[in-house]
Amino acid sequence: MAAEEGKVDPMKQFTIEPLLGSDWQLADGINIAFTNSALWMAVTTALIWAFVAGGMRRELVPGRWQMAVETMTGFIDDMLEANVGKEGRKYVPYVFSLFMFILFANLLGLLPLGLTGIHPFTVTSHFTVTGVLAVLSFSIVLIVGFGKHGFKFFTLFVPHGTPLPMIPAIALIEFFSFLIRPFSLALRLFVAMMAGHVLLKVLSSFVIDGTNAGLGIGLLVGVPSFALMVAISALEILVAGIQAYVFALLTALYINDAEHLH
Amino acid sequence: MEAEAAKLIGAGLAAIGAGMAAIGVGNVFGSFLESALRNPGAADGQQGRLFIGFAAAELLGLLAFVVAMILIFVA
Repeated sequence: MAAEEGKVDPMKQFTIEPLLGSDWQLADGINIAFTNSALWMAVTTALIWAFVAGGMRRELVPGRWQMAVETMTGFIDDMLEANVGKEGRKYVPYVFSLFMFILFANLLGLLPLGLTGIHPFTVTSHFTVTGVLAVLSFSIVLIVGFGKHGFKFFTLFVPHGTPLPMIPAIALIEFFSFLIRPFSLALRLFVAMMAGHVLLKVLSSFVIDGTNAGLGIGLLVGVPSFALMVAISALEILVAGIQAYVFALLTALYINDAEHLH
Repeated sequence: MEAEAAKLIGAGLAAIGAGMAAIGVGNVFGSFLESALRNPGAADGQQGRLFIGFAAAELLGLLAFVVAMILIFVA
C-alpha cells in the first residue's frame, strides 16, 4: 500500500539508504555499502565511548560526569548481582555494552534533528539489528551452558519436582519456550521502537493534513494531535529506557539459567 | 468480500489484541502499586519481577501489532 502523493508515509523513516555510493562490492553478492543505519550505529558507539571515557577518572570524590558513568555501571552490576549472583560479575562488560547501545540508539532515534535537515535513524527499529543482539545474548547462554554443564544443560528443560508422567510434556514446552527466547527478545525491542515511531508519524500527518484543511479543522484536529504528539514523545523516552532495561534484564535472567540451571 | 477489505478488517481486529495487552500491562503495574503501598519496604526488591511481568504482557500486544502490520503491508 503506497501512500498517495503529498501524504506522510509512516514507513519511509525506516528506509535504509547507502550514503557513500552503493558499489562497495566485497565479493559476488556481498555489498558492504555504508548505510544510514551503519552511520547511526557508529554515532551511537562514538557517543557511548565519549560518555564512558569522560567518566573514567578514578577520583576518590567523583565529579558529576564520573558519578553519571558510575551510576550506569553500578546499575548493571547490581542487576547482575541480584539475578545471577557473584558469577554474574564477569558478564558486566557485555550486559553494560548491550544496555548502553540499545539505550543510546533508542534515544538518538528520538532526537528532533529533523528540523535541521538531519534525519535520525532508529537503529533498533530494524529486526536485523535487534535480531543480531538477541542471537549474541542467546549464543552466550548456549556457550556458557554447554561449556559449564556439558550435556547436563538439558536438565534445564525439566524443572525440579516435576511428576514423572508429566516430564515429556513439560520438557517439550520448556524446550520450545527456550528456543523462542531470541525471537521474543528481538521482536519486543524492534516492535516497541517501530510502533512508537509509526504512531508519531501518523499523528504528524493528522497535524499537517488538518492544518492544510483550514482553520476550523486545524484547531479541531491539528492542535489536539500536536498535544498528543508531545505526550507520546515523552512516553517514547520512557519506552526507550524500559526496553533497554528489559533487554538487559532478560539477558541476565537467561545467563542465570545457563550458570545455575534450574 | 474483497480481499483488500478483509485484510484491513483483520488488521483492525488485531487492535483488540493490543487493547487486551493494555489491560494486562495495567494489571501488572496496578497490582504492583497496590501491594507496594501496603508494604513499601519490600517494593524495591520486586522491581525486577515487575519488569519481567511487564515484558511478558507487553510482548503479546506487540505480537498483535505485528499481525496487523503483516496484514497491511505483507499479505
